[in-house]
Amino acid sequence: MRAIAGQPLAATNDFVVKFANINGSGSASANELFARSILRMGVPVASRNIFPSNIQGLPTWYEVRVSGEGWLGRRGGVDFMVALNPQTFDKDMASLEPGGYLLYDSTKPIPPEKFRLDITVLPIPLTEICNKAYADPRQRQLFKNIVYVGALTSLLGMDLEAVKWLIAEQFETKQKLLAPNIQALGFGYEYARDKLKDRCKLKVKRQDKVGERIFIQGNNAAALGCVWAGATVCAWYPITPSTSLAENFNRHASRFRIDPVSKKKNFAFLQAEDEIAAIGMVVGASWNGARAFTATSGPGISLMSEIFGFAYYAEVPAVVFDVQRGGPSTGMPTRTQQSDLLLAAYASHGDTKHVLLFPEDPHECFDFAVAAFDLAERLQTPVFVMMDLDIGMNDWLVEPLAWDDTRRYDRGKVLSAEELEAGKTFGRYLDVDGDAVPYRTIPGTHPSQGAYFTRGSSHDAYARYSEEGATYIAGMQRLLRKFETAKCLVPKPVVREADQKARFGVIYYGSTAVAMNEAVAVLEKKGLPLDLMRVRAFPFNDEVEAFIAAHEQVFVIEQNRDAQLMKLIVGECAIDPAKFLPILHFDGTPITARFIIKEIATRAGLAEAEAQEAAQ
Amino acid sequence: MTYIAKPKLHHPSLQPNALGFTRRDYEGRISTLCAGCGHDSISAAIVQACYELSIEPHRVAKMSGIGCSSKTPDYFLGQAHGFNSVHGRMPSVLTGAAMANRDLLYLGVSGDGDSASIGLGQFAHALRRGVNMVYICENNGVYGLTKGQFSATADQGAKSKSGEVHVDSAIDLISMALLLGASYVARSFSGDKKQLVPLIKGAIRHKGAAILDVISPCVTFNNHLGSTKSFDYVREHDEAVNAVDFVPAKKEITADYEPGTTELVRQHDGSYLKLSKLRPDYDTSDRIAALAYLQEHQAQGELVTGLIYVAPEAADLHDHLGTADTPLNTLTEKELCPGAKALEVVNGEYR
Repeated sequence: MRAIAGQPLAATNDFVVKFANINGSGSASANELFARSILRMGVPVASRNIFPSNIQGLPTWYEVRVSGEGWLGRRGGVDFMVALNPQTFDKDMASLEPGGYLLYDSTKPIPPEKFRLDITVLPIPLTEICNKAYADPRQRQLFKNIVYVGALTSLLGMDLEAVKWLIAEQFETKQKLLAPNIQALGFGYEYARDKLKDRCKLKVKRQDKVGERIFIQGNNAAALGCVWAGATVCAWYPITPSTSLAENFNRHASRFRIDPVSKKKNFAFLQAEDEIAAIGMVVGASWNGARAFTATSGPGISLMSEIFGFAYYAEVPAVVFDVQRGGPSTGMPTRTQQSDLLLAAYASHGDTKHVLLFPEDPHECFDFAVAAFDLAERLQTPVFVMMDLDIGMNDWLVEPLAWDDTRRYDRGKVLSAEELEAGKTFGRYLDVDGDAVPYRTIPGTHPSQGAYFTRGSSHDAYARYSEEGATYIAGMQRLLRKFETAKCLVPKPVVREADQKARFGVIYYGSTAVAMNEAVAVLEKKGLPLDLMRVRAFPFNDEVEAFIAAHEQVFVIEQNRDAQLMKLIVGECAIDPAKFLPILHFDGTPITARFIIKEIATRAGLAEAEAQEAAQ
Repeated sequence: MTYIAKPKLHHPSLQPNALGFTRRDYEGRISTLCAGCGHDSISAAIVQACYELSIEPHRVAKMSGIGCSSKTPDYFLGQAHGFNSVHGRMPSVLTGAAMANRDLLYLGVSGDGDSASIGLGQFAHALRRGVNMVYICENNGVYGLTKGQFSATADQGAKSKSGEVHVDSAIDLISMALLLGASYVARSFSGDKKQLVPLIKGAIRHKGAAILDVISPCVTFNNHLGSTKSFDYVREHDEAVNAVDFVPAKKEITADYEPGTTELVRQHDGSYLKLSKLRPDYDTSDRIAALAYLQEHQAQGELVTGLIYVAPEAADLHDHLGTADTPLNTLTEKELCPGAKALEVVNGEYR
């Protein structure tokens, strides 16, 4: 989209609408209704909830990017502001692109000189409309939200029937609420149609670009992954932004995991007293042969660290979802970052290393949740699924979740009573197969074979306490070799090579992918070919080293201050740090394509003017 | 090597129990604790209790934390899996294990540092959740492995070996357990095997959270004059409220007790606790009265022992969670995975 100086922005299926609301005013479901209505018209959207660590009263925003081309990252900038929060009104107006639109509640008119001259103001007396129609104060407040959705439906030329249809689905079980909602929608629609006709040149036009895709949050998809992966124990402690992962697991398991005869639960869901207890329970349950997991965020990882070291050394499986938020300390609990990588990779004292997975979107959250349980049991070690708030708590448009009914869980090397009875040698930490992964037994399996003592103190191959230097070293070296085995089992990086030879490589991971996909398309048009590698796991497969070796310089795009993935690569692969050009976005908002374009263009030596232009 | 395996020689005169196991089958490695340590007597009492109850050794999970007491699971039930976790976190690990398989016997062994200091939170929460377990706190009032610092159960005014006086209030795990909702609460003394073994047996057969606070003198760091956890002090101040006899479910109860002085408590599995009342006014079913009794007698310098409280039909963690009867760790894809069709339905709900 190009702005013509002095002209209102004009675009079809390519713009950003932002809603500025007050937390607790009931706007969330109305805003989501707006986003879903556009999806129903076959037009891709990317929505992001920008909210405070607060229940009521503080400012909250909801951003909807409409992108017929299917770009799902944040673009940056706002074209249409629904400005309903007086606290942030000035700032919200200032954030509009030149030529943008501002919808506001004109019940109490704002003097014209208060408005920017380069924008189109769309006044709607929302309060007045609602006060006239409803007597109940709560209804007056709630229906205001539906009224502005009605107005947007008209202004943006959306399909009114599609919106009504969605409302009908939403209130399927609460028929009493259906008619008043449809009525409120009509109030807004009619007002805009009659009073603001042709004032808005941003339009939504029906397309067929959504297909079978679903609109789902990563925490929810990961929770579904846990159910499908056969997790039976979830022990957790509430912490933003991971809470909904655990709660969704409980919801889905309560639906799919009820014993048909007894009606009792084939899962255990326990809210622990803190994160330490949560991971203790996970380790206890995994040791006892159940698939167990916890969901947490950075502060929880800090607290769990001692037990991570235990599980690493005593070789107990554990699956941990780290939905990352802004750190350090309490940091920004409701903002996104990728700043727990180094913490998770080496969590706990002594020489420890852990397996990390980096899903790019909710679809991969599902897949990696399933993979994490297989990996944890195959490798007998903690596996971290490194999500972030952006993926975890926002609805993303992704390919439908998929399951192959022929797939079998990999429960790893567990000796059965029959195998023990047959006299199979059992040394809990004995490397029988040469892959450094030992065999384990589940308590209660056999009356006289296979019992061992699990301990965090130094032990020999038969799990006996030992402080012999040579015994200790043999155990620690085997754990290193086990990490080598892990390299072959974890998801490989996804590499995408440019059509022509590229001087620069780009490494990125996790939620950055959507913005990166868009950025590279723009930069290539500008004549900057780039080879891309999306890293999906730690330890790094050999492909990671090969990719770096093949490029003169490598950009590493991260959402943290300290270039944590870069440091992990530098340290683990012994690569000269000078080879890397870190691009770091860490203000707590999701990284944007514009940011990446500008940074890469500038540092790759595109002329300043060109870089600026590329970023537009 | 720093471990010592016991030779597997069985004396022909050893009596087998109902399962054909002798007492030796319930033993573990040779203890590395100090000679005369109270903890070894507790290990012996656990061995005795399991032997007498004909528990299958491999159906026990022995869980512990860190400290002298937490080493002891290596010294009994050698055919059982053991889990020596990190300091103060045994209760959570045990809780997780119990969630995964409700059919094993969970025996948690901890100490006063492990339970009353670093792990006080986990101690409290495992009890209030009603985890089906036997939790034994081997309580000596002192940190042994780090050579004699006071623990949180050390009494106010107690003297350390070096003459230091403990000024902080003591944490009484038994009073806490009563407040927290433990359903089998007992205190005993490592030197009183006659009292301890039946209390352990009753705890094993109890459904729900059973806690035994066992005063277990530290012969090296806390057995001197001025200590309130020495053998001599405990013997002098021990005030047992009852003498417990465990009667297995199958055994017929004959009316060989005098009403008023003996009480029968039927536990969930049909076994009985036969309580000979040493204090006629003491009622093991009255939690509030038990708390008051403990406080009154403690104020008089008495150490109340015996079965303090029991709720024989208490609900446990699995009742609270509503988990199925089949242990979760035995379920397979068939019961666990909803499959591709169900996922397609779910996908449809997010379009």
